[in-house]
Amino acid sequence: MKKILEINGLVTSFILKDETIQAVQDVSFYVNQGETFGLVGESGCGKSATCRSVLRLIRDPGKILNGEIIYKGIDLLKLTDEEMVNYRGSEIAMIFQEPMTALNPVLTIRKQIYEALKRQKLSKNDMEIKAINLLKKVGISSPEQRLDNYPHQFSGGMRQRAMIAISLASEPALLVADEPTTALDVTIQDQIIKLINNLKIEMGMSIILVTHDLGVVAQMCDRVAVMYAGKIMESADTLTLFSTPRHPYTIGLMNSIPHTDKEHGKLIPIEGNPPNLSNPPIGCPFEPRCRYSEEICKTKEAELIEIGEGHKSRCHFIDKLIDVKGIIEK
Amino acid sequence: MSKINIDAKNTIDISLSNNKKTPLLKRSMSINVGAVMVSIMLVFAIFPNLIATHNPTDIDFGAMLQAPSSEHYFGTDNYGRDIFSRVVYSTRIDLTIGVIATIVPLIVGTILGLLAGYYGRWIDTILMRTLDVFMAFPFMVLVIAIVAVLGPGINNVYIAIWLVGWKYYARLVRSKVLVIKNSEYIQAAKVLGYSDARIILRHILPNAISSAIVFAASDVVMCMLAAASLSFLGLGVQPPTPEWGSIIADGRAYISTAWWITAFPGLFLVIAGTGFSLFGDGLSDLIRTKGR
Amino acid sequence: MSTLNYIMKRILQIIPVMIIVTILIFFMIRLIPGDPVTVLLGEKATPEMVKLLTIKMGLDKPIYIQYLFFMKGLVTFDLGNSLHYKIPVFDLINKRFVVTITLTFFTVIFSALISFVTGYMAGLKKDKIEDQIIRMGALVALSMPQFWVGLILLIAFAVKINIFPVGGWGTTWPEHLRAIILPAFTQSLMTAALLARNLRNGVVDTLKMDFVDFARSKGLDERSVKRDHIIRNALISYITLLSMRMAYMLGGSIIIEKVFALPGIGALMIDSIYSRDYAVIQAVVIIFAVIVITINILTDIAYSFLDPRVKLD
Repeated sequence: MKKILEINGLVTSFILKDETIQAVQDVSFYVNQGETFGLVGESGCGKSATCRSVLRLIRDPGKILNGEIIYKGIDLLKLTDEEMVNYRGSEIAMIFQEPMTALNPVLTIRKQIYEALKRQKLSKNDMEIKAINLLKKVGISSPEQRLDNYPHQFSGGMRQRAMIAISLASEPALLVADEPTTALDVTIQDQIIKLINNLKIEMGMSIILVTHDLGVVAQMCDRVAVMYAGKIMESADTLTLFSTPRHPYTIGLMNSIPHTDKEHGKLIPIEGNPPNLSNPPIGCPFEPRCRYSEEICKTKEAELIEIGEGHKSRCHFIDKLIDVKGIIEK
Repeated sequence: MSKINIDAKNTIDISLSNNKKTPLLKRSMSINVGAVMVSIMLVFAIFPNLIATHNPTDIDFGAMLQAPSSEHYFGTDNYGRDIFSRVVYSTRIDLTIGVIATIVPLIVGTILGLLAGYYGRWIDTILMRTLDVFMAFPFMVLVIAIVAVLGPGINNVYIAIWLVGWKYYARLVRSKVLVIKNSEYIQAAKVLGYSDARIILRHILPNAISSAIVFAASDVVMCMLAAASLSFLGLGVQPPTPEWGSIIADGRAYISTAWWITAFPGLFLVIAGTGFSLFGDGLSDLIRTKGR
Repeated sequence: MSTLNYIMKRILQIIPVMIIVTILIFFMIRLIPGDPVTVLLGEKATPEMVKLLTIKMGLDKPIYIQYLFFMKGLVTFDLGNSLHYKIPVFDLINKRFVVTITLTFFTVIFSALISFVTGYMAGLKKDKIEDQIIRMGALVALSMPQFWVGLILLIAFAVKINIFPVGGWGTTWPEHLRAIILPAFTQSLMTAALLARNLRNGVVDTLKMDFVDFARSKGLDERSVKRDHIIRNALISYITLLSMRMAYMLGGSIIIEKVFALPGIGALMIDSIYSRDYAVIQAVVIIFAVIVITINILTDIAYSFLDPRVKLD
């Protein structure tokens, strides 16, 4: 299978006056053509910084310090700012977590869709037709009238649909979706997930999906990476990860989601908090919260090693976890 | 209702409090530099006799309109009076005006804002309608009009600024109280049966007054400038009392021959004003960080 | 609610405010020691003049009738006669209005030019040296007395280098324009400082918004992002503030017009205080109030146009 995106050794930090927050530390993964790649983890684990790095939208004082982001054979980090603009929208697009803040409140939806269509140099008439079609495609009823509305006149779900319409306007090959359903009601979440899935098939896109919701991963992703404290802890194809998780953090995440299909439907939250990224521990960052930790975990961090076909984990004690069953059977 | 009741004075406050970081004049720097400038002015105000080189009202027709020299640092005016000494002696009266003209509206406005914000209903309605009326006049227009009615003189300048200045504090405090009033802990205090007086004084006032005090720091500058303007127009401090605005007015006739009469008192006004502004800037940063 | 309805509603709302404003001024004149007729006519008035005005103002009638007489004068633009100039106050103000309007107009232009360039730059270069210099400059500008700045500029540009007149308004429009530059610049400094800070903070806050990054993620070029998102959004509060500052410029114009010897209505007010010409003071104060109230309404309307989230009701 062809890789559309390959990230190698990405390091992104936020350099403040008296501290440096290492949001992304040596992250590597790839996304195949036409697949949905999931990036999972608690908030603040570097998922969003990774996404924004792909589009080079890291805000000051953040900086991409190292690594490669190879998109269709070209390292995006080597491009000039002007060249990078050509990749945004038409090649790689992004949808944001909070549609209320991602849409400009003082511009009409029409204006905001037109901006995305600007580079296609269409006639006014064609732009309008295209904009209406886009809104139709994402399931907004009576798009002709809705075009001249402002974001605040839309409901939360409609705003997210509008944002998806805007980001798909230039038919990107890769869509980066940063928690696209987090800000929405549960019922709407499901609709949006189905919508993204359908559009993906229809348009033949690849997707990087960022989420903290394993349920969403199960519904959408082909492969997954679990992030913690700016690092990838485990990565595998979705089925493998859910059936044979091989990192304590992944197991913790699975135990902390409610599921009704198993007898022991007991919720076990992960105790404690993620480490401070301005002063990360020398050992395994998950050690203080880990049920399986031993002395070595405090002083030495494990490497991310391949433990099976396309399955990697960053843990000293993979053997201890060998009997752990996931939340689905393979 | 799309009422946007910001005005110049409140905007100063808003912009001040938005300045979250100031590396060159860091949080503490800004307050320190301001404090140093204000302190120097305070020394001038308290011990003018130690600093001044001449008697500020001594007339010396042998030394009229002299340029700055080692004898007269800032030169002399048309009566041969020493400008440096006059400027130094002015400090006390100008700072006093700035502070007193600010404190009374601060207290009155805060009380009115607390009552209107807390009790609402007719008290609030009356206050808001009164504010509408007061807001219909530019600050200086109303101050000058009141001085015109009462007659020139420093006491009437105080009265005029007091009558006009309270509106900013009343509105600022009222809007704060409206937010605080609906917070959970005030609701809890009410449920617990605390008296209104206790809730207002112990819980609402400390939270609402910080922004009023920050605003007051910049208001001192505004009041000082307003009073100096009135003296410049001949409506404030009356001659021969030295006051920055009135010295500048004295120099006006001589701008083509003796620029120093005009230049130096204004410079002192700028230094005093910048000192208070920096101090207020730092203060608002401090309160913001503490509030987090 | 339609814009027209809204405007109508606001106009209806100002009627009570205007009534209280006029009552306030009506009583202020009566607060002055001495009876209003002598106050309005001055001490040299002949008994006939006193009698005439007493009847005209209805001073022999109850106080509310007097107020109605006063209001009748206002709505028919009969503001009485100036004691000092011996002509109707209306004519007096009418002639001087153009000076104050011109001054305000150029002050707005200068304020906008200076503050836009500096405020925008400071916002983009947050915390860098440009930002710090501009913010320090704004702080100092806010502490400078306008009358002093005016005089210093006169010393520099009219006395030492003779490029501007030392004061006065001139007689032709080219002269008027030359005469207005220094006073307008002087008056603009304080407003420019406030606006620059406002725009700087607006740009800084807007830059943090997701919609700016979302606009970039669409492939929008940086120029369009700045123009249509950053500036567009930061300008909302900027324009609102500028509009409100126009009301304050009227107050400032009183002093500026005195410094630069401009025959505007602000200077007229001060001159009338010196000559105790109360009919004129009263009229100027009312006119200022009407202008301020009008500006406040226009500001609200402008604000609602700039920010569609604001509902007119």
